[in-house]
Amino acid sequence: MKGSVIIVGAGIIGAACARTLSRRGLDVTIVDAGASAGATSSSGEGNLLVSDKGPGAELELAQHSLRLWRTLAPTLESEIGRDFPSVEFERKGGIVAALDAQQSQALDLFADAQRRAGVDAQRLSADEARYLEPELSPAISSGVYYPEDAQVQPTIAAEAFLASARAAGTRVLVNTVVTGPLIDADGKLAGVVTSSGNLAADDVVVAAGPWAGEVAQVLGGTLSVGPRKGFLLVTSRMPRRIFHKVYDADYVGAVGSDNHDLQTSTVIESTASGTVLIGSSRQNVGFDSGLDVAALRKIAAKAVRLMPFLLETSVIRAYCGFRPFARDHVPVIGPDPAVPGLWYAAGHEGAGIGLAPATAEMLASLMLGESPAVAAAPFAPGRAPLADSLARTT
Amino acid sequence: MKTVLIIGAGPAGLAAAAAAREGGARVVLLDSAEDVGGQYWRHLPATRPARNESLLHHGWSTFRSLRERLEGDELCEIVTWAHVWAIEDRNIHVLVGEPDGTNRDARVYNAAAVVMATGAYDRTLPIPGWELPGVFTAGGAQALAKGERIAVGHRVVVGGAGPFLLPVAESLVVAGSTVVGVYEASHARRLLGTWTTRPWELARTASKVTEMLGYVSNHVRHRIPYVTGRAVTAIQGADRVESVTVSAIDRSWAPIAGTQKTIDVDAVCLGHGFTPRLELPIAAGCRVNARRFIEVDEDQRTSVAGVFAAGEITGIGGVDLALAEGAIAGHVAAGGAASDMQMRQHRVRRRRFRQFAARIESAHGIGENWSKWLTDETIICRCEEVSFGRLNSVAEASQATGLRSLKLLTRAGLGICQGRVCGRSVEELLGAHVPGGRLIDGVSSDRRPIATPIRLGELAQELDNPAHLERTNTK
Amino acid sequence: MGTYRVAAQIDSIAPEPATVITISVDGVAVDGLLGQTLAGVMLGSDIMAWRNTSFGDQPRGLFCGIGICFECLVVVNGQRDVRACQRRAASGDQIEFHRDLPVHVEDAESEGPS
Repeated sequence: MKGSVIIVGAGIIGAACARTLSRRGLDVTIVDAGASAGATSSSGEGNLLVSDKGPGAELELAQHSLRLWRTLAPTLESEIGRDFPSVEFERKGGIVAALDAQQSQALDLFADAQRRAGVDAQRLSADEARYLEPELSPAISSGVYYPEDAQVQPTIAAEAFLASARAAGTRVLVNTVVTGPLIDADGKLAGVVTSSGNLAADDVVVAAGPWAGEVAQVLGGTLSVGPRKGFLLVTSRMPRRIFHKVYDADYVGAVGSDNHDLQTSTVIESTASGTVLIGSSRQNVGFDSGLDVAALRKIAAKAVRLMPFLLETSVIRAYCGFRPFARDHVPVIGPDPAVPGLWYAAGHEGAGIGLAPATAEMLASLMLGESPAVAAAPFAPGRAPLADSLARTT
Repeated sequence: MKTVLIIGAGPAGLAAAAAAREGGARVVLLDSAEDVGGQYWRHLPATRPARNESLLHHGWSTFRSLRERLEGDELCEIVTWAHVWAIEDRNIHVLVGEPDGTNRDARVYNAAAVVMATGAYDRTLPIPGWELPGVFTAGGAQALAKGERIAVGHRVVVGGAGPFLLPVAESLVVAGSTVVGVYEASHARRLLGTWTTRPWELARTASKVTEMLGYVSNHVRHRIPYVTGRAVTAIQGADRVESVTVSAIDRSWAPIAGTQKTIDVDAVCLGHGFTPRLELPIAAGCRVNARRFIEVDEDQRTSVAGVFAAGEITGIGGVDLALAEGAIAGHVAAGGAASDMQMRQHRVRRRRFRQFAARIESAHGIGENWSKWLTDETIICRCEEVSFGRLNSVAEASQATGLRSLKLLTRAGLGICQGRVCGRSVEELLGAHVPGGRLIDGVSSDRRPIATPIRLGELAQELDNPAHLERTNTK
Repeated sequence: MGTYRVAAQIDSIAPEPATVITISVDGVAVDGLLGQTLAGVMLGSDIMAWRNTSFGDQPRGLFCGIGICFECLVVVNGQRDVRACQRRAASGDQIEFHRDLPVHVEDAESEGPS
């Protein structure tokens, strides 16, 4: 045995970490305050994207994670059996559509930079974009095609990681709230105190999504990760008319924005069951999960502008979820700078489904003293932008 | 002048509207149907008058007088075809226009007091073959008979539990169908025990007992064979119903081996109880009690200030209880109190009929082993065609313990009905896989923030025309 | 066998004469009475199924009759997702059956979301 670890949070990040660490020989226990995959992991589209990321560390992590995803679907199946529902991995590709000359210009510049960073980003004329995606509005001015963008069903993916972890020996404790650190005689972190008793371990990983900041604080650490609310609309089932992930060009700007007011950027796609998912909004309003009709209206208005046939489709459901976001919009992966034995895998905002495999791999490398495949320094919990933002907010 | 907004124009909503007007408030009464009356007083459209329509109804004169009084009152605005699709704090978002239309009139109401009177619908347990054309909910068959003069079949079996099965059978016979049998799951001894141990309570609810035991008029009573301790446990047919299997069941509703009997029919009507329509009160923030009804106090107040609830959403009790609760809710919403003198008779009736409701639940409540009649192939979620075997294998393979995750793993309850039909059955069947017997995440299939489908264009249009948006009625 | 409209001349409620309307159901003319729902018109002519399911390709028609279950969806004058039990029939309505492209689970597994 190489040691024991407690992972706090049974969403996709915690489950992916549990799977990797278990399979690397660690004794893993995963705890969750509620049920598995019950929050952010079951509230989103299941995006595995490069299209929305500009050059930089997160893009590198996303590119690496996408490579891992391509082999994961069959691997997971062999680990958990064919009876388990398919994670619905599909390399469907993404199309970003610009709606005027100014957007076209900005999009082209963005795509140029992405191409230099190794992203397959193909410029499309308006006609070419509408050939690939016939329901796009005739009003679009140009587009960019990202063949690497892919999709999974996020809840099934999270549960599949968890089932694989369980098969490799991970213990899963649901309905278990972490209430404090377990401190040994030397004053060091030696596990967690929970609503179901004490759990001892050599290391503790906080993977609690939007609650990661709160859990870090409970355990004596410092992590600036909080919730960013989002809505997603689901239509009734229909014959398939959308073949890629389709975005408007506002999407890129929104992810990195610090604006706390309601923002929306359009993402439209079909799912395996025949429904269409239409996202999404971003708001910094804490953990208020109340319905926000203004947000739904704004999502709808932008979606019908991009794909006018959606005017007559029926919205049957809205998902509300909280993206876990770090102040500098970059995931936090690595050790707490001040508390030995406390680790983070958090702050993935809207990209956690895509980044889960690479996050798990990076965390395992760091915990086992290996050199990660992607440089870990930009994700370090003690990095300067996070420390600065913390200083600003406290 | 205070405005009382009432959602639902069945017995509870109509009574609330009348009492609120009596109390001096202005009333806005919303209903998604084309006319008032609710499911209980579902009737023929104005284009199809019939001299003896009252033959199809109980309490028809009560309905007629409530409707006439409200329709003739200019301070009572009745808005039919009003589809409440979302409630956001105190804003009630409504689309007014034909059902499932594409360009309905968007309104937002924000009233000082709101009475929720959204009613209930049949709870139908999954049965092998229940997805075949020719299988109807008991309430659906009755709605067709009362609102359309459509008979669901020539040879019909009615199965399930509760006194409501009898008026359904009666409406079928009056429409000319042969009712081959009414199969009540409860056992005769349990029924007799419950209905007659306290005869003095029954005496006070005489009208109800008449409805339950003597409901069926003499001339058709002999044409309705009523059998207890039996259930429809399978339905057969190629592309429509051809026969049913009826089995004797034990007190837990588990079928007893060797008792199956096959009966040729062309229609089956099923009703195993009722599910309250809770999505709007839940969206308004109203607390749900352990029995999964809206919690109300003596004044019919919910846990949310200014929001009242009446009728089946506070407990399944029938029309008399709904009328009494509605009257009290409307009166208090208008500014009165349940203890006021003029509410006395309603308080008395409410107390009596709540006892009656408790008797129905204890006599006809769903047995814990009903799932024994399911097979691996039985469809549980009709929208997404999720089978019992699939639910079980996914629950076992994932060991997931939360409804949210299990719904997304199995797709059960994710279809366009949003779990209205299968939700509670799915919760129960999946809960059986979890230690403790219930799912742990506290997620309820009764919660539907989008309460009825809205076209994306209708949602988008509201933003384009903000002037259209705030047709607000405030205090 | 199957569903039918109670004939006015034998109906004990003594209906007064009603206006006949005609709608087109999957290309076939079907008569009903003004004020009936689309479901009422179809059931009155013993049309009991007007939709096939996406996964199992199974026939479905009316189940709950009160707008709860959404089993009775039809395409009305080109508009999808209309509950036949809720929508009043108007003379000349063109009803098409809801025929979604069947979703095959195997396809979904091999191609991912489809």
